Amino acid sequence: MTDQLAATATTLSTNGQTPVLEVKNLRVHYATPLGDVIAVNGVSFNLKKGETLGLVGESGCGKTTTAMGILRLVQPPGRIVGGQVLLNGVDVVALKDAELRDLRWRQAALIPQGAMNSLNPVMKIYDQIADGITTHEGRQPRRVLRERILGLLNMVGLPGRTADLFPHELSGGMKQRVCIAMAIALNPPLIVADEPTSALDVVVQRVVAQTLLDVKAKLGVSMILIGHDMGLQAQLVDRIAVMYAGNIVEIAPVKNIFEEPMHPYTQLLIASIPSIKEKKPLRVTEGLTHDLRNPPPGCIFQFRCPKVMEDCLHYVPPLRELKPEHFVACHLYE
Amino acid sequence: MSQPLLEIRNATKIYGGGFLQGGSKVVALENFSLTIPEKPATITTIAGESGSGKTTLANVVLGFVTLTSGQILFRGNDVSTLNRQQQMEYRRQVQAVFQDPYEVYNPFYRVRHIFDMVIGRFKLARNREEARDLIESALKVVGLRGEEVLEKYPHQLSGGQRQRMMVARAYLLKPSLIVADEPVSMVDASLRAMILDIMLRLRDEHNISFLYITHDLSTAYQIGNQIYILYQGAVAERGETSKVIEHPKHPYVQLLIDSIPVPDPREKWDTSISLPSEEEMRTSVNSGCRFYPRCPRRMGRCLYAQPALYSIDGVDHEAACFLYESTPGSQRIAESETSSVTQK
Amino acid sequence: MVGAVILLGLLGPLFWNMNLVYVSSSPLNLPPAWVHRETPVATQAPTPAATATKASGGLGGSSILELMESTPSPHRDNPSDVGPGNPSGDPAHPLGTDDQGRDMLALIIAGAPSSLRVGFIAAFVGMVLGIILGFSAGFLGGWVDAVIRTAADVMFTIPVLAVLFVIAAYLKHLELNEMALLLAIFSWPAPTRFIRAQALTLRERGYVRMARLSGMSTLGIMFKEMMPNLLPYLAASLVGNISGAILAEASLEALGLGPTRIPTLGMTIYYAIRGTAILRDMWWWWGFPILVLIFMFAGLFQIAIGLDEIANPRLRGAKAQ
Repeated sequence: MTDQLAATATTLSTNGQTPVLEVKNLRVHYATPLGDVIAVNGVSFNLKKGETLGLVGESGCGKTTTAMGILRLVQPPGRIVGGQVLLNGVDVVALKDAELRDLRWRQAALIPQGAMNSLNPVMKIYDQIADGITTHEGRQPRRVLRERILGLLNMVGLPGRTADLFPHELSGGMKQRVCIAMAIALNPPLIVADEPTSALDVVVQRVVAQTLLDVKAKLGVSMILIGHDMGLQAQLVDRIAVMYAGNIVEIAPVKNIFEEPMHPYTQLLIASIPSIKEKKPLRVTEGLTHDLRNPPPGCIFQFRCPKVMEDCLHYVPPLRELKPEHFVACHLYE
Repeated sequence: MSQPLLEIRNATKIYGGGFLQGGSKVVALENFSLTIPEKPATITTIAGESGSGKTTLANVVLGFVTLTSGQILFRGNDVSTLNRQQQMEYRRQVQAVFQDPYEVYNPFYRVRHIFDMVIGRFKLARNREEARDLIESALKVVGLRGEEVLEKYPHQLSGGQRQRMMVARAYLLKPSLIVADEPVSMVDASLRAMILDIMLRLRDEHNISFLYITHDLSTAYQIGNQIYILYQGAVAERGETSKVIEHPKHPYVQLLIDSIPVPDPREKWDTSISLPSEEEMRTSVNSGCRFYPRCPRRMGRCLYAQPALYSIDGVDHEAACFLYESTPGSQRIAESETSSVTQK
Repeated sequence: MVGAVILLGLLGPLFWNMNLVYVSSSPLNLPPAWVHRETPVATQAPTPAATATKASGGLGGSSILELMESTPSPHRDNPSDVGPGNPSGDPAHPLGTDDQGRDMLALIIAGAPSSLRVGFIAAFVGMVLGIILGFSAGFLGGWVDAVIRTAADVMFTIPVLAVLFVIAAYLKHLELNEMALLLAIFSWPAPTRFIRAQALTLRERGYVRMARLSGMSTLGIMFKEMMPNLLPYLAASLVGNISGAILAEASLEALGLGPTRIPTLGMTIYYAIRGTAILRDMWWWWGFPILVLIFMFAGLFQIAIGLDEIANPRLRGAKAQ
């Protein structure tokens, strides 16, 4: 545990400016009849202003739970059991409900998975966006509101008349862009996007992804992009945090992750990406093999690691900065 | 000349348009033709996005949906005219693996139920020991052990394990053809390679052909022999997988391949290309080329007639685009010029 | 709770003299054992109402007390107006008796389980019909579905009780089982619609497709794949139907259209009404049957809730936080 805390001290070494988001040793457990499942096991990272961080890992690794934890959206039987989440200096974990309401949407917005399916089917787009704005900012003069909403739609590349349509009249990609518009409506410094393009066709995905890039460039928001499509991550993010079984095993700038992955899991991940540029032999790996209720002592990846050593079975490797901005949690590099 | 394993001739499926449905039709498949040879075993990829008709194709081949017109011939026999016994034989020869590894299991039973069901119906074993051996050998092919998985309930296994068991189940019948409908899209990225690898092994070591249906061209590139790319119910381009993906000719296919995010941070999308606005993407045209509204290289005649498949290299690479009409080797007769061919 | 009723029915006859069910086996009009009434001196002749009831019920016993009527109301404390006296409760008949000398406890022991039985049979038969028709409609579709669906819809619009009254009135003698079947005829539409809806949903499930792919026959799929997943819903629906059937049955009997020679709860209420029990302040006569009915409904409701929790694991999990 103290290793992790030491690690957070090092991750704080950004270039002077206060990061928009500081996650320190976040832990989230899920209660089950047979004991707590440790979904997020001490995750720490920082997010600078204007930066996009990709959170990748296989299903069950805890990436969505981490994001939910940051936004205090963890539902029972899950609960945050420890750690701090500092959003612009304010510890979100310690906030009470009323203060939390202020924070939501204004300081941090979420584009959840399948967001396009959670648009209210009986309300016009205009009304839904207006709802979001007025709930958090109070009533607005009508003309100002209209201009604002049209501006938002324009920013995501949708024509103005979209505002008067119902969700079922829009295509999947358009709906997703409406969700992006809603997320940026109050200009939050942080947006969390959970698999924003997973249900979309390839060409449409490109349009939506480029919209996200546009938005980021124009507004300077910081973003956490959760996903498992490495190709998409390569196009959209600045840094990648690789998660495995509730722990971050590697954080590095996106180029480093792809060109010089250092943690054995990251290496497996990169090697198994199918590409249309080259035919690669298929690498075969097994899935999660331990019970998340009883993590083994030592490194969480020990059962699958092709380079496992004696130390790995007993000591948890701390996240250490091996190269500038490149952190790895692995005994190989000691 | 031996008969092809599977031959689809001019298959068309139109939904709706009936008396009670208010007349709105959806053309799911139009004049689709495909041939899978008996030998050697091949993996034929059907690629397309949502609305392209690939799911309809799977349903039609598996007998869940009947065609509006056209034929499906399995070893020369029309699938819609089989008697009861022949239908069972067809079921034995043509199996499937589906996309969702959870939904295909009946939550009431343990997972071994899927094997027992098949062994029972097709009488593959005479007693419990034989059955057990059969199941074990099938599980071995996919890298699972019976004692680890058979007695569990579906929710106790991981998605990857469940999907592999489905492949094992299909393999149990020693079919000639397995229709794999998006078998890896709901499986984790790190496990996809494993399942694709199993498919390759089944093809090479057990002579099982595959009809691999997907929207993910990257995986198709890794394993397919032949590829058919569908757009709104018709073939846009087809040919040998590497040729089509490396040198796409049809404008839609070019756009598609260009839009795939490359997992290399140095190669970003060319953001200067203006993409078609989304409203244009959704209309389906009744006459002329379906891709007309979005095509950056469209011509006048594209609005009035549907292009047939024209040959690109004289062998098997073909694209349905008037741009290639006069390339050497193109001899196909235009298939169906719609009635709205008018004078401009 | 339902178990308690069933137990009562099974064990009751063992320790309570069931002969008391019969008319005139007990003193007339006794209130429950704990009721103590003033017993004014018996001076007057029995009132005309009393005579009439006596005549219909027959006489029994020999003591003067037994021949007396209960008085209309405790508010009448003018002894001269009062009838021949209010008998107090007798521990030998803990729940009192009705005006034909039937012991209430015996009536309940006999009547409650038979009400339950009628409910079970009616609901069960209705459910079986519902399963057959609902599955066929949902799974087979086409014209089979259209016919069954329309038939069920038509049945829904028929006012059940009204028709039952007419039928029951027409058939002068009605046995318990016949009544059960009669009720069953009207209880199949609801399960049919419900099961049809479930069948339509399940038809598209992945494992049903898998079963078709494995060559299973339609019937096989229905019973081996779909049914097991429906059992909790079926059970919950069955319980709901039982309540409905019991209510319908009690209503019919209370209006005198049920079997009149067999003791049931509804019949007891019928006689209570006919014997103007309310006016005569014989609250135990109609009170206990109603209490038992409420008890049974409450019990069935509890079962339904319990089954609902089993069927819907989310409700189960909500408690374990």
